[in-house]
Amino acid sequence: MTKYVIIGNSTAAAGCIEGIRSVDEKGEITVISGENHFVYSRPLISYYLEEKTDLQRMKYRPDDFYEKNNCKVLYGVMATKIDKENKKVYLDNGEEISFDKLMIATGSSPFVPPFKGLDTVENKFSFMTIDDALAIEKKINKDSKVLIVGAGLIGLKCAEGLLEKVKKITVCDLADRVLSSIFDNECAKIMQAHLEEKGIEFLLGDSAEEFLGNTAKMMSGKTVEYDVLILAVGVRANILMAKEIDIKTNRGILVDTKMQTSAKNIYAAGDCTEYLDYSSNTQKVMAILPNAYLQGLNAGKNMAGEQSDFDNAIPMNSIGFFGLHAMSAGSYYDEKDGGKCYIEKGEKHIKKLFVKDGVLTGFIIIGDVSKAGIYTNLIRNKTQLSEIDFEMIKESPTLFAFSKENRGKMLGGVV
Amino acid sequence: MKRVFVNEKWCLGCHLCEYNCAFANSGLDNMAKALKDKKIYPRIRIEGDENINYAVSCRHCTDPMCVKSCITGALSIEDGVITISQDKCVGCLTCILVCPYGCISQNENSVAQKCELCLKNSAGEPACVKGCPNNAIVYEER
Repeated sequence: MTKYVIIGNSTAAAGCIEGIRSVDEKGEITVISGENHFVYSRPLISYYLEEKTDLQRMKYRPDDFYEKNNCKVLYGVMATKIDKENKKVYLDNGEEISFDKLMIATGSSPFVPPFKGLDTVENKFSFMTIDDALAIEKKINKDSKVLIVGAGLIGLKCAEGLLEKVKKITVCDLADRVLSSIFDNECAKIMQAHLEEKGIEFLLGDSAEEFLGNTAKMMSGKTVEYDVLILAVGVRANILMAKEIDIKTNRGILVDTKMQTSAKNIYAAGDCTEYLDYSSNTQKVMAILPNAYLQGLNAGKNMAGEQSDFDNAIPMNSIGFFGLHAMSAGSYYDEKDGGKCYIEKGEKHIKKLFVKDGVLTGFIIIGDVSKAGIYTNLIRNKTQLSEIDFEMIKESPTLFAFSKENRGKMLGGVV
Repeated sequence: MKRVFVNEKWCLGCHLCEYNCAFANSGLDNMAKALKDKKIYPRIRIEGDENINYAVSCRHCTDPMCVKSCITGALSIEDGVITISQDKCVGCLTCILVCPYGCISQNENSVAQKCELCLKNSAGEPACVKGCPNNAIVYEER
């Protein structure tokens, strides 16, 4: 009987469990869960603050998930070291577990730059886990002033989650635009204006130089008063344990399309990995939830002996703020990179489609995001745009832009 | 498993399926009350132009990207039917970002909705199929 050990208990781990069980019903699965929580959806922590969900509904899988999949979960235990020769994982409670196949799904951790005076701040938090959200919840009230350092996905979702519950939110970022990982300048401006309209204040191209208790002295010379400080500068893949045993790493643990690391019998998936972005043909850390699941599932199948490849991963994001939705996928190439960009713009709406070498490589949409998956699928399949009515699909995603024959295939029937 | 299919040749583009869908999923027993003067949120949509039309609804893929990508676990496969727990859904719309057919949409409460073959509502069988005047939409095994 194969012994599977999974380090981590989030999305990639859940995928891995389901992957293993789709092939091997009997093997022994042990999950090492640093967090004392049943598998839950991390991105929901802002919705929790906003009261759009609760602890029960945040569970990523039904209550009987581990039981049904016959898994042993060790809660509140961290793996400290991997011994790849003797196939063992050492735990912080002094115990050790042996494995035949190991999955590293250690995720990422908030990156906190060495800000001057950070130790003088009483209420400072990261925004990554449910415990962070619960701790923040305890420290805020309707008179709170919140400073969020970082205008990325995490920082802004946190701002959305808190806005109705506090008096004031200021968000600063060293970058000159919001959501710089998914938006270009033009798109970022639209979202920023929307967020400002809702009451969030921004200090962009600016960051804290020094914290003094409840005051941040900014690089611009401005000062910001706050009661609660949220640090959402960025995240770093947790690769140390892998690196220590000479598994190949870069910014993440390097994995192939089977999610296999450079070490035999050791796999990795999720935010801790660096893997192929099919849209740009480059290795990247793409720390997004759907990919973590897809990687985990794929890894699990391979660990259990099935040959399975996840070889068309692309970066993609769907995110909304106060009712205004944004989606992005793939890679953006402008003219200097040999690409072409089609733009459609209106009030609180923008669509950019990036085309290179006859295929759609990426898009950004803010506003009407309906049927955007049709675009995503064009990217993922590298569909030759000459085979479809691109003029039509540019305007609005529709299966009508495909040939009658292909449409018939897609809809699974006689045409 | 039986699924909903459309025959492009027979579809008139009358949009009745959209109304029947919205009514079946309204939870009301009076069509006028359910739909009159209201914006409808059907889970099946007519596409095409003035000559060719066809209805598109969830394909109930055997390997569904929406279920795999759902960030909350609200989407799942129950006996082959792709089902959504709207109570769990927070409306992030990742499912819309990944559905290759454009079959998932937002409902009036801003969470995701999709065809569940009318198995969860009082119609009991796909209302779009039952009400199609030209038998262009069928519910069958293929």
